[in-house]
Amino acid sequence: MKPAAFDYSVPATIDEALELLAEQPDEAKLLAGGQSLVPLMNFRLARPERLIDLNGVPGLDHVEKRNGHVVIGAMTRHTTIERSSLLASEWPLLTQAITWVGHEQIRNRGTIGGSVAHADPAAELPVALAALDARFHLRSRSTDRYLGWSDFFVTGFTTALETDEMVVDVEVPALPPGAGTGFVEFARRHGDFALGGAAAVLVVDATGTCREARLSLLAATPAPVRATQAERLLVGSTLDSAAMSAAVDAAVDGVEPTGDIHGSTKYRVKLLRTMAHRALSMAATRGRNDT
Amino acid sequence: MTVDISLEINGTPVTGAVEPRLLLADFIRDEVGLTGTHLGCEHGVCGACTIQLDGAAIRSCLMFAAQADGHSINTVEGMAPSSEELHPLQQAFHEFHALQCGFCTPGILMTMAAFLRNEPDPTADQVRTALSGNLCRCTGYQNIVTAVIEAAKRMREDAASPRPSPIGGGHDGS
Repeated sequence: MKPAAFDYSVPATIDEALELLAEQPDEAKLLAGGQSLVPLMNFRLARPERLIDLNGVPGLDHVEKRNGHVVIGAMTRHTTIERSSLLASEWPLLTQAITWVGHEQIRNRGTIGGSVAHADPAAELPVALAALDARFHLRSRSTDRYLGWSDFFVTGFTTALETDEMVVDVEVPALPPGAGTGFVEFARRHGDFALGGAAAVLVVDATGTCREARLSLLAATPAPVRATQAERLLVGSTLDSAAMSAAVDAAVDGVEPTGDIHGSTKYRVKLLRTMAHRALSMAATRGRNDT
Repeated sequence: MTVDISLEINGTPVTGAVEPRLLLADFIRDEVGLTGTHLGCEHGVCGACTIQLDGAAIRSCLMFAAQADGHSINTVEGMAPSSEELHPLQQAFHEFHALQCGFCTPGILMTMAAFLRNEPDPTADQVRTALSGNLCRCTGYQNIVTAVIEAAKRMREDAASPRPSPIGGGHDGS
């Protein structure tokens, strides 16, 4: 199918984009990479009256280290994240997660800002950003604020963004020294929407004791959540198999992903357990090697 | 409303006045007349419409023609260096029977040409991963993988020899 007719604006600055959005907050949509919005428009599930194309706006495409954090501009393409040596060395969870996002053709266009604003429950970046304790810089014509990931993601395909707001950049704090990270997912074909997955960050001290643990599950809940009970069980343990089993049990406790033709709820819970275990094992191995 | 656009397709300047909702794929096919770019699913799954935008493989069904203003595009029509000689990828696809109906082939060629620029000596696993965004319903992929590996080998040999590159005027950035 073809999209319904719309008006098209190409702002030259962030301020101009926000001005246009403020004029039609309910009717206009920001166009980032278009890898989710354009399919929805082709199906006519989305029929915005105006598209405000951010692809010509300077100052939104960057991966920069500032005061120990990394600041990633909203229009930074997945491919840029995939190839960033800064992220690979200091925020490897993002590098691990990004290769699972769609296909090369999708990653060449898709952006981090578009991914988080779309908030698909099966999207990799929101889950990785939850495990990284990221926060989002949001601006409108008249407001400028930061929201942590847990306040930003409300439920599936729903964020706390106001209709006149846009994500300007994503800020990720430094990982603790010696942290190991792991990201895995399972899909029937590489690049398809995942049936389940997990992101993990573990800090292991010189004695082999876990000092910090973070775990978030992919395609498990409508909005990303951290498996806080599992995290508590891991801290203080030596990440032995008993501790890991208890943690993954706790991680899926109460989780009820919607079953469909691709997998029942029961199958998905079992899959999530395996994914959580693998992500944690990967993080533990990397954490120990770095210590 | 219409938007005036000016871009380059296979090295040739192209202009147009397009409705904002016109997909880039439809512009290439219906306005420019380059029907080698195929449209399958129109929602970014099948990969048939893959072209190169400034050298990077992208879905032309997930971009509006208006967005291509000022950019350089390559389609399958720009691959062969002449009417007598095929691009090494095309030649290998022909020799190794890497297509049957051919509907998916232009998209796969565009994807693989961009892929081989970054990975001139890929493993079969890397080729399979790079192919994951292009669906083929006839060949079973095995011959496509074989053809890509062979084309990569020939392209490395060509690059090492003094013979002029068969890749065609550098339009695809090679």
